[in-house]
Amino acid sequence: MRTSPAFRVVRVVLLLLFAVFFFGPLLAMLDFSTRGTNGSRTWAAWANLVEDPELNRAIVASLLLSLFTVVLMLLLLVPTMIWVRLRVPRATRLLEFLCLLPLTIPALVIVVGITNVYQWVTYFLGDHVLNLTFVYVVLVLPFAYRAIESALSSIDATTLAEAARSLGAGWGTVIGRIIVPNIWSGLLSAAFISVALVLGEFTIASLLNYENMQVVIALLGKSDANTSVAASLAAIAFAFVLLLLLSVVGRSRRTEGS
Amino acid sequence: MSRLARLTPSLALLPFLLYLTVFLLVPTVTVVVGAFAENGRFTLANITALADPVALTALRTSVLLSAVSAVIGAVFGAVLAYLIVSGGQASWLRRSVISLSGVLAQCGGVMLAFAFIATIGYSGVLTVWLRDHLGIDIFGSGWLFALPGLILVYAYFQIPLMVIVFLPALDGIKPQWREASVNLGANGWQYWTQVAFPLLRPAFLGATLLLFANAFAAYATAAALVSQGNPIVPLLIRSGLSSEVLLGHQHLAYALAFEMIVVVAAVMGMYGLLLRRTARWLR
Repeated sequence: MRTSPAFRVVRVVLLLLFAVFFFGPLLAMLDFSTRGTNGSRTWAAWANLVEDPELNRAIVASLLLSLFTVVLMLLLLVPTMIWVRLRVPRATRLLEFLCLLPLTIPALVIVVGITNVYQWVTYFLGDHVLNLTFVYVVLVLPFAYRAIESALSSIDATTLAEAARSLGAGWGTVIGRIIVPNIWSGLLSAAFISVALVLGEFTIASLLNYENMQVVIALLGKSDANTSVAASLAAIAFAFVLLLLLSVVGRSRRTEGS
Repeated sequence: MSRLARLTPSLALLPFLLYLTVFLLVPTVTVVVGAFAENGRFTLANITALADPVALTALRTSVLLSAVSAVIGAVFGAVLAYLIVSGGQASWLRRSVISLSGVLAQCGGVMLAFAFIATIGYSGVLTVWLRDHLGIDIFGSGWLFALPGLILVYAYFQIPLMVIVFLPALDGIKPQWREASVNLGANGWQYWTQVAFPLLRPAFLGATLLLFANAFAAYATAAALVSQGNPIVPLLIRSGLSSEVLLGHQHLAYALAFEMIVVVAAVMGMYGLLLRRTARWLR
């Protein structure tokens, strides 16, 4: 692209303004969370992330939730997507429609209608914060679907499957040992984005009265704002690192493919 | 092959379909049915209750908030996206902006509310500094916790979302188009107004619609920020859910959620149409 010196100056100035708008609040969070009395610095709010029992429990719950969500999402989605591609191609559009549907139906709507379903879940599994896994799988579905779909369409799954089948492999072997290793980076992307989404989820947990990390952060905001700001900043930083790793994974996939 | 044998492979899809039925379709149908029922009988009372002044005001505020934050997000997001694209394909700037955008646009919610409370809340860093050094009070009467504050905080996740959505469209602008128009004697201004803008317009409008739907359905930020009153539809739904009896209608939460489905589905439908137009040019 042709760039004149004037454009370059304007570009730098505008980027700086955006940087102030976006990093300003983040730096303010760092300052706010380490502010002690009379201008001193204290890391007490950050220590609370591991010391405050309620917050600590909620962080562990959110981490476990993201783990379980990733596992259940992969178990449910990956075999189905591969199977549709190899054996039931006429269901491709249906699968895509269903997977992208949660983009059109807001989480808030799902939570209004899901009370009855969750009464059954609670009846069978007991009342536990990890029950949220089930609805979180639906929540991350569109993002996971896109990540896996792009990996799956970059390989020739049909030929791979035919080669494996003609050498005597069963369908389980085809999916687990032939296709999955080839779409590994797509699965990793799906897992990363799912973790980031689950760690940030508030709507469903709060309205179903479960205490995940975000719910506790919001609660703490009323009594101990420093700690909740520290927890927020930590979570944002963690999600940022995850997504940055994701972009590196995605890039290596592209260079492999070309 | 017999009919049965042809259907057998489809059976493997059953677990997935069953799962989505239970955790996505059943809740949606529950909302739609619940909006038109009271005590197991058909009624329009819940829908007519949407015309109640409280619900109407919330809807109007929600639409205003979504529209303003969508336009702000779209304009500034498009500018930021262009700044990134003009820096080259694989720059570190591009990668980190996209990652940060992903965090702010999709994982933020509550945390963004606290980011602004820490900055311009009553004891926020900027508020305190300005109060101590310049004697300026930017906190005022708490505008951060009302509509203007919501618009500001929403812009903080709408601009990043615009960057994510609009970048592919900008990437689709081919340098050959510019070369072709320069060859035909166009100057920079003519290229932008007569070639690039018309090509990008559907993508821009589509992205703006997406931003509108995103803001309309957003709950977490507002819930963490606003503790008094229910100025927007998502918060009204919250109070409908928690108190169960609001304005004498048990099912108002269902009706409001139904209203939300209708608005979001209509907007996303238009978005889909525009996306198809965009796809013709920018691939």
